[in-house]
Amino acid sequence: MENLEINTSLAHSILTGFIRSETQRAGFNKVVLGLSGGIDSALSCYLAAEALGSENVLAVRMPYKTSSQESLDHAQLVIDALGVQSLTLPITDMADGLISKWPEMNSLRKGNIMARCRMIALFDQSVVINGLVVGTGNKTEILLGYTTLFGDSACAFNPLGDLYKTQVRQLSRDLGIPEVIIGKAPTADLWSGQTDEGELGFTYAEVDRLLYLLVDERFTPQECVEAGFDQKFVETVVARVRRFHFKRVMPPIAKLSNRTVGYDFLYLRDWGT
Amino acid sequence: MKVKLALAQINTRLGVVEKNLETHLAQIKKASQEGSDLIIFPELSLTGYVLQDLASAVARKPTDDDPAFKELLAASEKIDIVAGFVEEDERNRFYISSAYLSLGKVVHVHRKVYLPTYGLFDEGRFFAWGDSTAAFDTRFGRAGILICEDFWHISPPYLLWLDGADLFLFTSASPGRGLTTEPQLATAFWVESINRAYASIFTSFVVHCNRVGYEDGLHFWGGSTVFNPDGNLVAKAPQEKESLTFCEIDLNELHRTRARLPLLRDERTALTQRELTRILSRDGSATGR
Repeated sequence: MENLEINTSLAHSILTGFIRSETQRAGFNKVVLGLSGGIDSALSCYLAAEALGSENVLAVRMPYKTSSQESLDHAQLVIDALGVQSLTLPITDMADGLISKWPEMNSLRKGNIMARCRMIALFDQSVVINGLVVGTGNKTEILLGYTTLFGDSACAFNPLGDLYKTQVRQLSRDLGIPEVIIGKAPTADLWSGQTDEGELGFTYAEVDRLLYLLVDERFTPQECVEAGFDQKFVETVVARVRRFHFKRVMPPIAKLSNRTVGYDFLYLRDWGT
Repeated sequence: MKVKLALAQINTRLGVVEKNLETHLAQIKKASQEGSDLIIFPELSLTGYVLQDLASAVARKPTDDDPAFKELLAASEKIDIVAGFVEEDERNRFYISSAYLSLGKVVHVHRKVYLPTYGLFDEGRFFAWGDSTAAFDTRFGRAGILICEDFWHISPPYLLWLDGADLFLFTSASPGRGLTTEPQLATAFWVESINRAYASIFTSFVVHCNRVGYEDGLHFWGGSTVFNPDGNLVAKAPQEKESLTFCEIDLNELHRTRARLPLLRDERTALTQRELTRILSRDGSATGR
């Protein structure tokens, strides 16, 4: 019933075609992405390198002073495996410019600042290379709102946004991404021992099965409970999906005129290409 | 009689008719050189698919006065052409249309009668609904054109069949969706299945030309096909890739298949009409539209 398994060679072909199309139609040949050492950015990097050629991909490592050496090492594994262009831009000075003003700053604020510093660095590099920023967010984190608005969610286009984390893992395995990256616990790497699943309170494997029923199969929350999911878990996830919808849409514009961007001024991004 | 078909499984530029026309003329030239009799282009082949507010800007009338049709009509002296476009009628309504051009003339224009307006589709917002599904005569016998959602409803192919069409020309700009463990998307599986089914149950030729390429995140999967009156696959274009796929169909197969399987002969059209009249006149019928 909750079958998340995919044909990876078909996904691979559609996604590399998408990266090529969206890059070249916008008038570019190059892309830049942040390489965290985790699986999502590794997969985006593999797909982009194949779509555009590794010489046209710039992978940027952007450690903060608390980032683990392991994250940097895992990112380097991807760079070495693909032969993509690479750059290491520590964001400590940039982030601490703000963080140091508030000694009591909580980790949510710090995390958001770091994510937005990385966004600034990536978009700046996109001008340097004359390219576009590729997104690395997956369907699970987009639906759960487990992302920083205008931070890691900012990109020119996103190849992974319709793949659940479970499917990202399957595709990554088939593309030969190092097992040490696929197998480790996903983390935002803000402090030692932090994990996504620890913060969220459930595993990606569990929540992906639930989201698949709620979103793809249009089950009601009650039907998910009847299908065997814990009621509290279902309620938590449903509430998260609704509460964070604002991160998934453009900010609403107050309508005044007869023709307003977003409501009745409708064109695709690929308009004219 | 044998007919050489060319399926022009092309990509398009969104809203740039001149560029798409160039693609058409290049494909037509190639197909002519290969000795093809008829070339079929996908839905909205002159404009691209997700037009939204571009619909009115790219609309035209399929006449000699229109610069694009002028060239296509000239090209149709050598080879029959099915091309997709946005049609503007005399009262400025916009349709998703496909024209059949032959020997310098517009033989037929089909206006899409079913505009999907659900899920990822929003056609009913931007386009007017066509109101007819007529078959028409060509150099190769009687044919009928349907566009994408038209053939997800059984009635338009059925009406074309009764109107004499032996050659069904289906065009699509079908966005792929439904990734499973199968080597093709769910959409590709279903479109191919219904095309095969129509060929079998109408004992007719069913030609389907789909486009390829991307528009924003939507991806068009190609996989154009030709099925013969036995429901067998005669030709299939690759998935995902631009291609000009050639095949030859033998219209005498209609004779052979229908001698074996007289489904057309036995079709109870008067019964269908009686029952439809009864069903649609029933009090509280929700079926009529």
